Amino acid sequence: MSEKKLTKSDRVNMFLRTNLQQASFNFERMHGLGFAFDMVPAIKRLYDKKEDQVAALKRHLTFFNVTPGAVGPVLGVTAALEEAKANGAEIDESTIGSIKIGLMGPFCGVGDPIFWGTLRPITAAIGASLAMGGSVLGPILFFLAFNIVRMAALYFGLEFGYKRGLDFVHNLAGNMVQKITEGASILGLFVMGALVSKWTTINIPLVVSKVTTDGATTITTVQDILDQLLPGILGLLLTLLVSKLLKKNISAIKIIFLLFAVGIVGYGLGILA
Amino acid sequence: MGLSTVQIILLVIFGCIAGMGSVLDSFQTHRPLIACTVVGLILGDLPTGVLLGGTLEMIALGWMNIGAAQSPDSALASIIAAILVIVGQQSISAGIAIALPVAVAGQVLTVFARTVTIFFQHAADKYAEDANFKMIDICHVAALAVQALRVAVPTFLVAAVVSPEGVQALLNSIPEVITGGLTVAGGMIVVVGYAMVLNMMGAKYLMPFFFLGFTIAAFTDFNLVAFGIMGAVFAIVYVQLNPKFTEMKAAPATASAGNADDDLDDDLDDELD
Repeated sequence: MSEKKLTKSDRVNMFLRTNLQQASFNFERMHGLGFAFDMVPAIKRLYDKKEDQVAALKRHLTFFNVTPGAVGPVLGVTAALEEAKANGAEIDESTIGSIKIGLMGPFCGVGDPIFWGTLRPITAAIGASLAMGGSVLGPILFFLAFNIVRMAALYFGLEFGYKRGLDFVHNLAGNMVQKITEGASILGLFVMGALVSKWTTINIPLVVSKVTTDGATTITTVQDILDQLLPGILGLLLTLLVSKLLKKNISAIKIIFLLFAVGIVGYGLGILA
Repeated sequence: MGLSTVQIILLVIFGCIAGMGSVLDSFQTHRPLIACTVVGLILGDLPTGVLLGGTLEMIALGWMNIGAAQSPDSALASIIAAILVIVGQQSISAGIAIALPVAVAGQVLTVFARTVTIFFQHAADKYAEDANFKMIDICHVAALAVQALRVAVPTFLVAAVVSPEGVQALLNSIPEVITGGLTVAGGMIVVVGYAMVLNMMGAKYLMPFFFLGFTIAAFTDFNLVAFGIMGAVFAIVYVQLNPKFTEMKAAPATASAGNADDDLDDDLDDELD
């Protein structure tokens, strides 16, 4: 029996499929069906016997979830394991399952800060700031920048995971992943700080004092005083407060509704404008 | 005067694309920056679409799906708000007031849709018993139809009945204190997104970078590209200088940035020992 090997086109097929990773996202097994969908080209290539195919499909229809942009390496490693198994290596089902599950945590840990905490907020904020200046380049830039990085991560992640196979899993013990995660977090947090300052608008026009000197009236509002202290301080405090509330498991939607109410009442009373 | 049949058809098609994009979370067609721009293009008012898209994108910057937690629905909100603002010739701030409640309603629909898709997961289980690859592929991709309809149907309902007079009558029937209050709230609601990003990054000891970004932004006019570059520089320097990443064997050459990756294997060996 000749050795079974995934071809380049199998891997390209799998990469294309990862773009639809979350198509059947569901609250029961999340990407369960999605992962099986990704694995279809590999399973077809590696297993001839129907019972082997059925078993392989079943073990990849189980619960799975990861940041969609970070599925590449996990899929690559899993494909490498399946390939080894198909060629007679002593890998049992539970090993493949547990390695897959074991990779889920780290790759959510890397993927969420990189894609949702750094890449998207930064590309979207740059695009949005161009758009608010009236430039159609804003949306185009955002679309291209985000998708090029995302697809590169999927494709090269898959290739890297596949070629390194189990070595890659051992590599996770090294600190490369942690370096990337911390670096992305720093970049994300730094830009997030800038955004809090630049794009939060809270204005308290309550008049504190009214001084008339030489016919010119100087009105000082609460906002003026706060701006002299530290511009945007209310946005900062509100961000930290909301962060606390979210940590207490109060849902984002509840907080948004609460802010609606604060906005309407504050506006009605003339405290907020 | 309402919309032409062609415009309605194009809006429904884009509603499908945005709805699918919102579950896939890959191509970002569900983000306000993209969705409002496309709606603007369809309705022949690109500048308003781009402007509204940029504004809503800033509000929705931190809206993200982490694990099973769903964010407010930016796809439906962006499309409906863009249609109403452009057809009814409303202000951008009216667009914010429309978008936020729709995003909340859309979130409920999203949760419902992601529960319905459990059906496709179970259908795939059955086809796996026969190793029916084709039907597994179809189950996965067909689940997108649920998500497409989730946005396309409400879009159609709005697009079919919308008229400038209708929108104006609708918005005029809302008391000024509510629309004004919602606009004020819109300026504050951005922080919910920022707070979600902060919490996801999780690392408390990296928070100084957040405050640094805030302070620099508060006292300068740097744009976001500048913040992106500065953030990347801080991230790289931090990772390079951090003792926890530079623990090396007692080699004469200490780790420098350029060969950090080459040293990975050495690190790895140390860790595994």
